[in-house]
Amino acid sequence: MIITSILILAVLGFAVAIMLGFASKIFYVEEDPRVEAVLEALPGANCGGCGYAGCEGYANAVVNVPDVAANLCVAGGAKTAVQVGELTGKAVTESDPLLTFRRCDKISGKVQKRYTYQGLPSCAAAATLAQGSDVCSHSCLGFGDCVVACPFDALYLKDGIVCVRENICTGCGKCTHACPRNILELIPRRARVAVRCSTTDKLRAVMDVCLVGCIQCGKCIKTCPAGAISMKDNRIHIDQQKCLAYGDECELACVKGCPRQILRNLKEKQCLLPPVEEVQQTKTEENKPVEAKAE
Amino acid sequence: MGIFELFISAIFVNNIVLAQNLGNCPYIGCSKQKSVALGMGGAVIFVIVLATIFTWLAQKYILVPLNIVYLQTLIFILIIASLVQFVEMFLKKAVPPLYSALGIFLPLITTNCAVMGATLVVQREQYDLLTGSLYACASGVGFLLALLLMAGIRERLETLRVPKAMAGTPISLVMAGIMALAFMAFKGMV
Repeated sequence: MIITSILILAVLGFAVAIMLGFASKIFYVEEDPRVEAVLEALPGANCGGCGYAGCEGYANAVVNVPDVAANLCVAGGAKTAVQVGELTGKAVTESDPLLTFRRCDKISGKVQKRYTYQGLPSCAAAATLAQGSDVCSHSCLGFGDCVVACPFDALYLKDGIVCVRENICTGCGKCTHACPRNILELIPRRARVAVRCSTTDKLRAVMDVCLVGCIQCGKCIKTCPAGAISMKDNRIHIDQQKCLAYGDECELACVKGCPRQILRNLKEKQCLLPPVEEVQQTKTEENKPVEAKAE
Repeated sequence: MGIFELFISAIFVNNIVLAQNLGNCPYIGCSKQKSVALGMGGAVIFVIVLATIFTWLAQKYILVPLNIVYLQTLIFILIIASLVQFVEMFLKKAVPPLYSALGIFLPLITTNCAVMGATLVVQREQYDLLTGSLYACASGVGFLLALLLMAGIRERLETLRVPKAMAGTPISLVMAGIMALAFMAFKGMV
């Protein structure tokens, strides 16, 4: 009895094993070994900065689709791009390292509170309640949805506003999607100018709520010789590629031209928050020309 | 019992998850999003029908003639596990779109007790092959229904403030219990 049952089970198991063995031969699907190799070369953070669902998705695409470039991994940067390029035999143009930039300076701008928010500590929730608790409806809410979204720990909260650890930020762009108010923007690390306000309001409506808000006068659009500045989604947008391609010849006409110093010269000061005294000072000399500031 | 009653019984009255308490692991694990729940449910329906057909044949042509019905559980596990492996390989080669849709769920089903339970119930109730596979299909639909309901509730729950000690799996288990209670209302219908 015991022997028969053992025998039958052994025979059955053996039969199934043989069947599976043959099946794995018959149904063998050729998998490109390069996919595995590319996956090894990628950082494995699954940040999605490349536009694919995780590193595996990108590895598959870059190996199998000829049009997919080898330098899409923003987190890995140039080193990874070169490795992936070697593995897939694609020409590598170095990816422009990106950085996230906060388009809000509500602390320097002295943005007041409209009400005290006592709800779920999340920007997404706070933004839905009557346009948020700040009088400006385009300000950084400071609950740090982006901090949670960042896979690299490159963002932190300071004085109720989010700050970027620029040496850590890989420019994957996760935070830009997490922000309910579209305040975080990816700019090239070597960018020369950036807009530090994300409002879509105009003139008086901005001046009333924030000292350093963009009133959308459009002066920068006119002054830029490269034509890199335009209105996009009702706010100032700088085409960084055009701006960088034009070079330093313009001597930052836009920064000099901006009556409210919304456009920042990034070469000069990488810090995203100017000291508070500086802002007070600028307020007193509000009507003076701003050339001296921009230098 | 007519086919209609069989379906009603398997989907609602004797729901494989909520009334028979089988397959609780994927019920909690794969019910965070509706899309995932749909994928898992579809894969289970697919495998549960195939497994029932093969185990029914094994019971009739191997176990009973050789008089080793006491090895039923062991052999069914063997058959289901190898069947799932085989189906996975087959799909990968023959129907890649279906493989990428079911892909990650198939290995999970290998040791799913809902599949095992349905095949054993078919033997216990001594259904014929057609009724058995219909019952299996209905059980799979019941599993899908439970998973979808749970996923719907959990998607809502994401936006609510749950006390920290209860957040995540604990509240899901409480909800599973309440849903099982609600499904008890169907008792005695068929």
